[in-house]
Amino acid sequence: MASTAIPGTHIFDGAAARKGYALNAMCFSFNEAANRDAFLRDEDAYCARFGLTAEQRDAVAKRNVLAMMAAGGNIYYLAKLAGIFGLNVQDVGAQQTGMTVDAFKQMLLDNAAAIPTKEMAHG
Amino acid sequence: MAKVIGGVFTSHVPAIGGAIHRGAQNEPYWKPFFDAWPPVREWLGEQVPDVVIMFYNDHGLNFFLDKMPTFAIGAAAQYRNEDEGWGLPPFPVPPGHPELSWAIIEKLVAEEFDITTCQDMLVDHAASIPLALAWPDREAPVKIVPIAINTVQHPLPSAKRCLALGRAVGKALAEWQGDETIMVMGTGGLSHQLDGERAGFMNPEYDLFCMDNLSADPDALTRHSVHEIVELSGTQGVEILNWIAARGALGDKVHEVSRSYHIPISNTAAAVMVLETEAARAAGNAGAEKTAELA
Ligand SMILES: [Fe+2]
Repeated sequence: MASTAIPGTHIFDGAAARKGYALNAMCFSFNEAANRDAFLRDEDAYCARFGLTAEQRDAVAKRNVLAMMAAGGNIYYLAKLAGIFGLNVQDVGAQQTGMTVDAFKQMLLDNAAAIPTKEMAHG
Repeated sequence: MAKVIGGVFTSHVPAIGGAIHRGAQNEPYWKPFFDAWPPVREWLGEQVPDVVIMFYNDHGLNFFLDKMPTFAIGAAAQYRNEDEGWGLPPFPVPPGHPELSWAIIEKLVAEEFDITTCQDMLVDHAASIPLALAWPDREAPVKIVPIAINTVQHPLPSAKRCLALGRAVGKALAEWQGDETIMVMGTGGLSHQLDGERAGFMNPEYDLFCMDNLSADPDALTRHSVHEIVELSGTQGVEILNWIAARGALGDKVHEVSRSYHIPISNTAAAVMVLETEAARAAGNAGAEKTAELA
């Protein structure tokens, strides 16, 4: 990356897109319900079909989103995998920040406190 | 001659679709967001657009990393919304307007934008949810031209380039000889970040900067690089690029009709705005005077 890194932030660039291709391709396939079912029936076989790297397979096995991202996963595609496990973006956010889901949700609510008061007039 | 009336700018969080399907619009969590919409619908009721130019980004329904266009213009007679992986029922998607699509394509290429054209295209929640918010419980009574901007795989187009794209679309609309009433939509944002240790990040100050400048000085939004926008707005906050492009299509002078800003919807700082053009304002005033005369 040419620019300075942004803390806690991973830019999905060409390097990530190359590294993560197999994992993201598998996640993209989950747009189809039949593929989600196939994954749930035999996770190993399904991951093998897409040629996941060992790092990607391990991250999926551990349901570890940060590890999936380190292996090139993109959150838009990973969200489809998370959905299979019944996880929404608050669950995923909690996992990545090491917070409980309730604490993460509270943090989201607390962001409202930073709304400049001028804005309130607009209603 | 066609009339360009303005634009509706809105967040497009998938959870909004879930809330619509559950009928949760009046729950305390959702009400502040859905309350933004009656004024929008009132404006739509006055202006009665019949075409929507939809500036949005695809999240992995139509486009994958195998082929990822920077700017993709829909040129289909029909578009579909499908299962995006969560098994939600698809929203109805109105028909396309291939003739206008091709007029826009011709103009964009003449203006030296190297675009991708799509005669077969799925449109995801970023297009379908805004339409469902504007025209609830039915298929939107419009034709659409979807314009998808890559906000997924970096390098993304700069804000400056997106504004220029929108301005070129605006030129195409000005030259279009049809008699349609045309509006734009710009969807996504505002600040949010789904991924990484900074997940949950929002930035009301930057969002306010964007909303304050969108009407009078959209070029102010182009002074940040994409990297700076990610830093200010979050990894998915870069969807502001869709707003910037849509704004570009409206010409120099627009007026803010309504604005709503609410935190949070899901992991997102949610915003809804309506901007109208001079032409729409004149028509609205004429309509109001007529109503006054009749009263
Ligand atoms: Fe989005």
